Parts: sequence; structure tokens; C-alpha cells
Amino acid sequence: MAASVASRPTQQLRPVKFKWWKIILWLTLIITTLISLWPMYWLFVTSFTPTREIIKTPPDLLPFNANLDNFQRLFSQARDYWSWAFNSVVITLTITLFHVFFDTLAGYAFAKKKFPGRTIFFWLILSTIMIPPHVTLVPLYVVVQTFNLRDSLWSVIMPGWAYVFGIFLMRQFIQTIPTEIEEAGRIDGCSEPGIFWYIILPLSKPAVGALAIFTFVRFWNDYLWPSMVLIKSPSFTLPVGVANLQTEFSTDYGLIFSGASLAALPMIIFFLMFQRYFLEGVRMGAIKG
Amino acid sequence: MARAELKEARAQNFGVGQRLARFIRKYGWSYAFVLPSMFVFTIFTLIPVLWAFLISFQDFRLRRESTWVGFQNYIDAFTSQNGIFAEAIKNTVYYTVITVTVNIFVALIIASLIQPLNKYAQTFFRAAYYLPAVTSAVIIAVIWRWMFNTQWGFLNYLLSLIGAPPVRWLSDPDIALNSVILSTVLTVPATGIVLFSAAMGSIPKDYYEAAELEGAGPIRKWWSITLPLIKATSLYVVVLYTIASFEVFEKVYVMVPSGVGNSTQTIVTQIYQKVFNPSLSQFGVASAQAIILFLIIASISVVQFRFFRTDVEY
Repeated sequence: MAASVASRPTQQLRPVKFKWWKIILWLTLIITTLISLWPMYWLFVTSFTPTREIIKTPPDLLPFNANLDNFQRLFSQARDYWSWAFNSVVITLTITLFHVFFDTLAGYAFAKKKFPGRTIFFWLILSTIMIPPHVTLVPLYVVVQTFNLRDSLWSVIMPGWAYVFGIFLMRQFIQTIPTEIEEAGRIDGCSEPGIFWYIILPLSKPAVGALAIFTFVRFWNDYLWPSMVLIKSPSFTLPVGVANLQTEFSTDYGLIFSGASLAALPMIIFFLMFQRYFLEGVRMGAIKG
Repeated sequence: MARAELKEARAQNFGVGQRLARFIRKYGWSYAFVLPSMFVFTIFTLIPVLWAFLISFQDFRLRRESTWVGFQNYIDAFTSQNGIFAEAIKNTVYYTVITVTVNIFVALIIASLIQPLNKYAQTFFRAAYYLPAVTSAVIIAVIWRWMFNTQWGFLNYLLSLIGAPPVRWLSDPDIALNSVILSTVLTVPATGIVLFSAAMGSIPKDYYEAAELEGAGPIRKWWSITLPLIKATSLYVVVLYTIASFEVFEKVYVMVPSGVGNSTQTIVTQIYQKVFNPSLSQFGVASAQAIILFLIIASISVVQFRFFRTDVEY
């Protein structure tokens, strides 16, 4: 990155005076990092500490009494835990795959093709992006109640498909792909779906990656709507289940935290693996049009 | 007459079927490409949004006749339950003003501080700050609820180290909302940092070099070059954080599930209860409140866009 280039002359030119700045700078960064990571650390430490060791003063700041009791209790008492995880995976993957494919398709059409109604469609989408999702809560809830769709994963999945952010992201990105490439494909006799599949989709990989991560994180962590339509324990998702652990096992902090830490773990691993794409995705989200 | 022209003329004169065929050949794929997205968008966003507007003017009943009530729901929104919704708006505004101000400030400072570091250090810090942001708000709230525990919580332990008496973080109605704010403020605003860093990274280096030649120090450079040039990003970040904190829900709802009197009600917890709680269930009022939330967010965004409008291009 260019920033490293910029820092070189300063390091050579500035004498001792600069050191103070550096100490303050590093202290600030290290303290904020500690504050930022402390809750996560505390989550994992608590989840490995037996409940009777958790409720004492002073608390163990390091996991001195670590064992797996909490997890054993979690699996024997919160029997649906694995089905929550399964539901979370099914819901999130179904929504993400839909967006990755169909948002790219729609984004391609909006970016490169002229057809009657294009502007109207696009403005319709654009005008709803400012509307908070809470506006649609009542109508969707009425539909779920009327047709008895409570506890059906579809009642979480299908509204998730209507999340339009990805269409913008993909349109914005695909606009930057030179049209000559598609033209070349067309001249070589490639069909329209072929152009999409063999040319547009591979060239949109960075944006598709960002979109996939964005969607995945958003719906994996979603709570409000799932908590309204998933009523029975076996159909919960992980966030709904974890919130429920708190009401069901009110003071068994060990059990609650083992459930919470296990629910947090996949996203943390996912983040550490694809960290670069996450941050790139956040940046790309900013240049939406 | 040339063959092509003849063909053209024929196509124009011939019936609807042929014209349709031509239309499909020309635009068919485009429509096919946007159809799935437009379909779910219409069914699950467009129609529900319009319907929500209608419901907000109705005394809406499930499985029974609904009646039109004009603006009654908007009046009820504020007057029912002793004006709890007005209280909720006040709480939400209070929450937003404090958290957004602090978050933006912190994000700006940290982004500026990591800017001169080398690539690896930058990546490390951004990742460390971003890690909690990928964790579900529910889980974060569960952790904070435990840290705020009056008897065994981590924060009261810290207070005890300096000899301070324990604080009833989440059960004292005067403190509870402030505790939720504290938890938000102590969560480093990762998205803001990433966006500010990206904006700062894209400022041309010659600007700084020119300023250095003129004898500008680091603070002067930051104030006169960095800040003005990231104005557009600042706007985006401010709007993003403002909207997010107006929609605050999980944190409050999971940390103080039953609420501490009215003091921890926010706009969305109110809507949630009005939809979901069978004993309160008032769909009309809930819709009206959701639309009020939309109007608040929309007007604030407009004001912010005006305020931050920028002509700077680089």
C-alpha cells in the first residue's frame, strides 16, 4: 500500500522528537485493540470455566479452571443446539447462493443492457433502499400468520431473497467491465446465458466474493425477523437459540456462554480465513451508487 | 427495393405475433435476467411496503374485517400506554447522538493513527477491530449483559479494584440506557475505520509532499488535507451509523429483555412488541410507528446530505 511509501521519508528525517508520538500512537492502538477484543476473550474464557467458578470475586482473568463441562451440559440440556446450527446453515446458504447468482444476473442486465422499463425498475429498487426493514414487518408477519408459515425455514429464507443491496453492488461493478469483452464473445457465437456464465461471472469474482461474505454475515447474525417467525425450539437459528438460552437457563452462565461461543466460532474462523475479502467488501459496499 | 428494407417493412406491417417475437428476441434475455430478482423484490419488499402504508391507516385485524381509521394509528402511536413511544423516540435519539458522535470520532482517530503504519500492522489492527463486528449482535449483547452483572460482572470487579461501590448497570432505570450506550461506545467502530482508512489511502501522496515542502507538520497536514478530502466518506459513514443506531434493537432487547420501565424502550423494541406480543398486538399502530421510523431516518439523511455536501473531487 502507498502508505508504507509515505512513512519512509518521515522515519529517516524526523529525529528523536518523533518517538513520543510513536509511543502515544502505539499505546492508543494497543489499548483500543484490547478493549475491542476483550468481550470476545471473555466469551471464550467464560465458556470454558465451570459455572461455580464463574460466579466468584475476583473472577479468573485467565482460564485457570478450564474444562468442557459447560459444553457437555449444553448438549445434554439444550438438545436442539445442533438443529439450530443446521437451520442457520441452511437459511444462510440458501439466501447467499440466491443473491450471488441472481443479483449478478440482474446487476449485469441493469449495467449493460437497454430494455423498456429498466429505469423504472431500477428507481423502484433505489427508492426502497432507504426504507428500514421494519416497515415490512407487519405485512410479512400477517402473511406468516394467515398461512400458518410459522416455524418454516422458508418464511425466513424468502424475505431474505428480497434484499436488494447486492443488485447495486453488482451493477456498479459490472459497469466497469469493458463491453468489448462481451462483444468479442458475441461475435464468437456465444449465447447470452453463455456470456453471463463464461465472461461476466468470472470477471465479477471480487464483487461476488464481497457480496457473498456480506450476505452471509448479515443473515447468519440476523435476529429480529427469525425470532418472530421461528417459535418452536427445533426451528430456531443460532442467534434466536442463544437469546433463548439466556431466558431458559437464566443463571447458568457457563451453559449460556458455551452456547454463545460455539455460535460465534464459525463466523470468527470464516473471518480469519477470508479477512482480506471482508475488509475489501466493506470498502466496496461504500461505493454503491 | 433491397431485400433488407423489404423485410423491415414487412416486419413493421405484420401482426402482433411477429412484433412480439421481435421484442422477445431483442429484450427477452434482459427480462429473463432481471425477472427472478424483480419477482422476489416485488413480492417481499414492494408490495409489503405499500401494504404497510395501508395498514397504518387501518384498525387491522387478523382473520377479521379491518376498518379504516384515518390518522388514528399515528395519534395512538404517541398517546397509547401513556406516551411510551414518545419516550422510546427520545431514548433512541439520545442513544444515537452519543454513540454516533463517539463512534465517528474514534473511527476517524484510529484510522488516522494506523494510516502511517506498514501494511502488515495496518492489516493486523483492522482485523482486530473488525473481529467483534462479524459476531452476532445477540452474542455481543449476551456478553455485555454478563459483564454488566451487578454481583459478578467484570465491570463491577474493575470498579471494586479502585474501591468504587458496585453499579446496578442494567437494573437501575437511570443507568440502564447509558450502560447500553457504554457497550456500544466501547465497541470499536470497525466499519468506520475500514472506510476511513480506504478513503485516506486513496488521497494522492503529492498533496502531502507539497504540504511538507511548505513546512506543514503532521497535524496541519491531517487538518488541512486529510479531513477535507475524506468529507464524502465521512458523510457516508455518518449516515450509515445514524441509520444503524436508530434501528438499535438486539442490544437493548437481549441485554434488558423485559425493559427497565420505559427507560430502555427504543423505537424498534416498541414496534417489535406491538407486532409480536399477543396481548399488545396492534398491527395498525405498529405499522404507523415503523413508518414514523422511516420518516425520521429519511429526514435525517436528507439533512446530513445537505450538511456534508461536498464539491471536492480528486
